[in-house]
Amino acid sequence: MDKKKLGYWLFFIALFLGPLYLTEFRLALMGKFLCFAIVALGICLIWGYTGILSLGHGVYFGIGAYCTAMYLKLESSNGQLPDFMEWSGVSALPAFWIPFSNPVFALAASLIVPALLAAMLGFLTFKNRIKGVYFSLISQAVVVVFVTLFVAKQDWTGGTNGLTNFTTFLGFSLASPLVQIALYMLTVIILGLSFTLAARLTNSRAGRVLSAVRDGENRVRFLGFNPTSYKVFVYSLSAALAGLAGTLFVLQVGLISPAMMGIIPSIEMVLWVAVGGRHSLIGAILGAVIVNSAKSFFSETYPDIWSIFLGLLFIIVVMFLPNGIVGAFESWNEKRNKAKQKGGTADAADSVVS
Amino acid sequence: MQPILSCRDVRVSFNGFQALQGVDLEVKPQEVRFLIGPNGAGKTTLLDVICGKTKASDGDVLYRQVENIRKLQEHEIVRLGITRKFQAPSIFANLTVWENLELSLKQERGLWSVMRAKMTGEDKEKMEAMLSRIGLMDQRHQLAGMLAHGQKQWLEIGMQLMQDPEILLLDEPIAGMSGTERHKTGELIHEISTACSVLIVEHDMEFVRNFSKQVTVMHEGKVLCEGTMSEIQQNEQVAEVYLGRRESAC
Repeated sequence: MDKKKLGYWLFFIALFLGPLYLTEFRLALMGKFLCFAIVALGICLIWGYTGILSLGHGVYFGIGAYCTAMYLKLESSNGQLPDFMEWSGVSALPAFWIPFSNPVFALAASLIVPALLAAMLGFLTFKNRIKGVYFSLISQAVVVVFVTLFVAKQDWTGGTNGLTNFTTFLGFSLASPLVQIALYMLTVIILGLSFTLAARLTNSRAGRVLSAVRDGENRVRFLGFNPTSYKVFVYSLSAALAGLAGTLFVLQVGLISPAMMGIIPSIEMVLWVAVGGRHSLIGAILGAVIVNSAKSFFSETYPDIWSIFLGLLFIIVVMFLPNGIVGAFESWNEKRNKAKQKGGTADAADSVVS
Repeated sequence: MQPILSCRDVRVSFNGFQALQGVDLEVKPQEVRFLIGPNGAGKTTLLDVICGKTKASDGDVLYRQVENIRKLQEHEIVRLGITRKFQAPSIFANLTVWENLELSLKQERGLWSVMRAKMTGEDKEKMEAMLSRIGLMDQRHQLAGMLAHGQKQWLEIGMQLMQDPEILLLDEPIAGMSGTERHKTGELIHEISTACSVLIVEHDMEFVRNFSKQVTVMHEGKVLCEGTMSEIQQNEQVAEVYLGRRESAC
């Protein structure tokens, strides 16, 4: 167990020291992937541990990103109307934009709005015992609603272009490499904290209730637990993590648009977790980093046919590694240990035969 | 003695089909009550109504004579002290035996208290005592899904007992068990009844004969008669229900 802990520490320290051995370009990519890893942690909690398959986490990621982006946009506009609003013929800042000129409000909203939205949606569905594929379909419908809304209200949200052209964050220039390095390190720290939080939750008795909900929700009721409150909580927590990731993403990438919260990104998020291993928190992190690294590697090396390689990767994982990379590693390790235990007797038998 | 559970004129219909047509049943504290009857008599449906899985369309289910539990949700009924063991073993396959029992401890089941819950020495002792009582001490770190069928049944009974119930509802507890396992289960049930009432649905007449005091016979959604097993066996109506004609019983 302690060996495992040491491994986690080494892993996070290696990530933290990224600026020492990665080029500026690679560091920016890695920072982005680590944001995705935070989303993956949340999906691992709800899907791997609780058995809720949400195909709509792009929305929570997007809302978190938009909340922060609104602040960045206002800061970059120097008190004037944001450029896209002028183009759309808006004369005054819409009322709901005004509080976002306060960075504390914007950052808090990027956590709270996704969490509240998820809690509301979760409460309505889980209370009425909607689960399985029906829940997944509802979560997809939510994505369609939000993307359509964000595209249609161009004068409020920037439409398909989204929000971009940010210059500063709390007065620091976002173009400066030092600021980018600081943001990268902040992302690693937040990822580490989220990982610790999720690990503590899953190792607590409440974590075992979550696994029990996955195994048999109705049976949990007959032990006196109300699964609805557990599911709403974990769903809302995972949405908050996605919102947090969205904030870090928009700070580092400098752009958020409806395309990044749509159906395809939402499904991709689930795929990261599936590839890494949905029953393992570290697997979710690795999955997000590996899939996205593979995506950028293939698209750089084989710009024409890269998506085929990515498809192959998914097929291989689904067909041969049902519990993802970490699951495969664990079962391999188990086999090896068993072989070791049997090793002595097997050798003795061999010598008798020969 | 005052009944701990009284069903009064309980009715259930599934899309027009009357599964229960006005059932009256009283269970006294520390009583072992067997429910028997042919298939489709409504025995399991009655248990479903008591534990909240199925909502009665009419009638009352009174707990301790004052609390009407007919409209409560499952987990609220469990918290009152009425637990249910289903026919198919329903343990959590991906948790260990120990973790299964941990979740069954009588405890505050709200989200916040469970998140901060720590295993106390008292809890540990209770769980270890239960492990030796149900004979799963050596398997405690195994995943519950890996247990043999009989062991799963016992684990589930153990999980119900961990909650210190007032009323235990058992649905065919010995189905699929071997002879010795059946006997041990029967003894366990009598041991349990020193602390709580037990209501058992059972098909195995041999088992009912050996371990019953009071038997209620159900037929077509109604209570046909009540009494000891020997009284029931004398009853002509019962023989008719089970065997069709009186002659073939002789």
